[in-house]
Amino acid sequence: MLRLDGVSKIYRAGPFGGRELRAVSGVGFEVNAGEVVSLIGESGSGKSTIGRMVLRLASVTEGTITFDGEDVSAIRSPKAYYRQVQGVFQDPFSGFNPIFAADRVFEMIRREYFPRVSRAAWRERVESALAGVRLDPGQVLGRYPHQLSGGQLQRMLIARALLLDIRLLVADEIISMLDASTRVDVLNLLADLRSRGLGVLFVTHDLSLGTYVSDRTVVLRRGRIAEMGPTERVFGDPLHPYTRTLLDSVPRLHVKWAERRDEERAGRTVCPFHDRAPGTPVRGDLAEPEKDHHVACAGPGACPAAEEPEFRQPSAKERV
Amino acid sequence: MTGVRNALRVALRNGKLVAGLAVVLALLLTALVVPATIAYGPNEYVGPAAAPPSAEYWFGTTTFGQDVFAQFAYGLRATFLVGLLGGGLAAVIGMAVGFTAGYRGGLVDEILNMITNIVLVLPALVVLLIVNAYLGVRDVGVQALFIGLTSWPWAARAIRAQTLSLRSRDFVDLARLSGMRTPGIIVREIAPNMSSYLFMTFILLFGGSILIAASLDFIGLGPSQGVSLGLMLNNAARWSALHLGMWWWFVPPGAGITAVVGSLYVVNVGLDEVFNPKLREM
Repeated sequence: MLRLDGVSKIYRAGPFGGRELRAVSGVGFEVNAGEVVSLIGESGSGKSTIGRMVLRLASVTEGTITFDGEDVSAIRSPKAYYRQVQGVFQDPFSGFNPIFAADRVFEMIRREYFPRVSRAAWRERVESALAGVRLDPGQVLGRYPHQLSGGQLQRMLIARALLLDIRLLVADEIISMLDASTRVDVLNLLADLRSRGLGVLFVTHDLSLGTYVSDRTVVLRRGRIAEMGPTERVFGDPLHPYTRTLLDSVPRLHVKWAERRDEERAGRTVCPFHDRAPGTPVRGDLAEPEKDHHVACAGPGACPAAEEPEFRQPSAKERV
Repeated sequence: MTGVRNALRVALRNGKLVAGLAVVLALLLTALVVPATIAYGPNEYVGPAAAPPSAEYWFGTTTFGQDVFAQFAYGLRATFLVGLLGGGLAAVIGMAVGFTAGYRGGLVDEILNMITNIVLVLPALVVLLIVNAYLGVRDVGVQALFIGLTSWPWAARAIRAQTLSLRSRDFVDLARLSGMRTPGIIVREIAPNMSSYLFMTFILLFGGSILIAASLDFIGLGPSQGVSLGLMLNNAARWSALHLGMWWWFVPPGAGITAVVGSLYVVNVGLDEVFNPKLREM
């Protein structure tokens, strides 16, 4: 359904765009209908940029993003695209225009997509969408954003996306603002939607969440894919040292950092890309040591063959 | 439109807004209605020379026997006109340039910014001198046009900065995801967020135009006929009203300018509370 091929994003910075900053380079993966793909990486790894490119909020510098075989950047009518592809972002407070009542986000959808639906019928739809995210319509409708909690706002944004008959949802850290009980509700909602064929691109830095919801996992590091494959393979048998470090950094109940054995902390020291077995298929920067499980070079420090790639995080001002 | 009615209800409960509007409307009414009720022109010599305020001449008369009240009423008219036209034109240009530069960014922003900065450093007074000498046209409309064309840059810069900060908020992205187009997003999402700011910009441009017009009048580049509050101040100063103790000559125009600009400012503070739901409750 959604397919990324060699996608890169270069931000231009400095006077007259003299300097180049690579936020994403050569990323390719797919999201199929009824599949949750989690995009995992640390801050600045480019995961949100990928989400924004899929939503056409940032332009693609190199490579192509296709949805149902159609190049997303070349779409004539973004409106038809947004009817099928929606996003929910990390910071719910920023998602609402503070001077209008919060339910304006629903009204906007009605105005742009369903101008013929009567107000009464629309209200019914909104109420059922709100019920889907366990919100009491009476508590949130007609209120201003500053009168609602982050969790309520976040769930309203999810409800907003559900008002359209979407087939793909880009969920950028949507769970971070929710408390534990709501979190489960939203995850169950996602599971329910997935079973009805919704594809989800789940952008997160939270590994346990990623493992919990996703079918496939893409681990990003410095704008490149470090490792990707079925979630249970990537986390069950991580090939890339970075994935192992990520897994090790998840705090476990009843285990203190100091108590963990040294051999548990140290991973394998071979480069999964350069020290691969002969005959392993390679596509671009990724080797495929086992079926559908791709891995990149361990990178500078861990692999002698790797060069130091030039990399700097783009600042907020440069994210244009 | 319950939203509009609701906003109106909140607006009418706001003391600052109501008080400021009352003063502005009173002055505007004076400017519009009073000149029609006076049988003679503002520059006609009708009364005794240098008479203090009396029942007949409410604001007294000038050294030459002109009615100060008549001058004040006619002057207010010219002042409102130059403020409205000059300030309005500057506000329109400033908003167009500011919103476009701030929202589009990139090369468009750099070019518009360059133009803005050029106009900003243009010696407006010198240009006005030359244009005046060349055209020889002196009426309030032309004066307002030149004021409008030269005083927009700071407004454009301020609006650009605000737009730049609002554009990066998620609600702009969500509006795009809802299928809205750029002009719609600027008008319906970004502009309402800074509506009190825009109104303040207009008020400052309005007041600024009045003051620039007064200074132009003072150096002899004002309207060649008629009267304005600036021209009144200029005449009062030229004929030493201050030294002769003729306070009734310069106090009304000075107070008039202050009252117009000041009450608009109070309106602005009130509007801020109406527009911003957070301030409403405090």
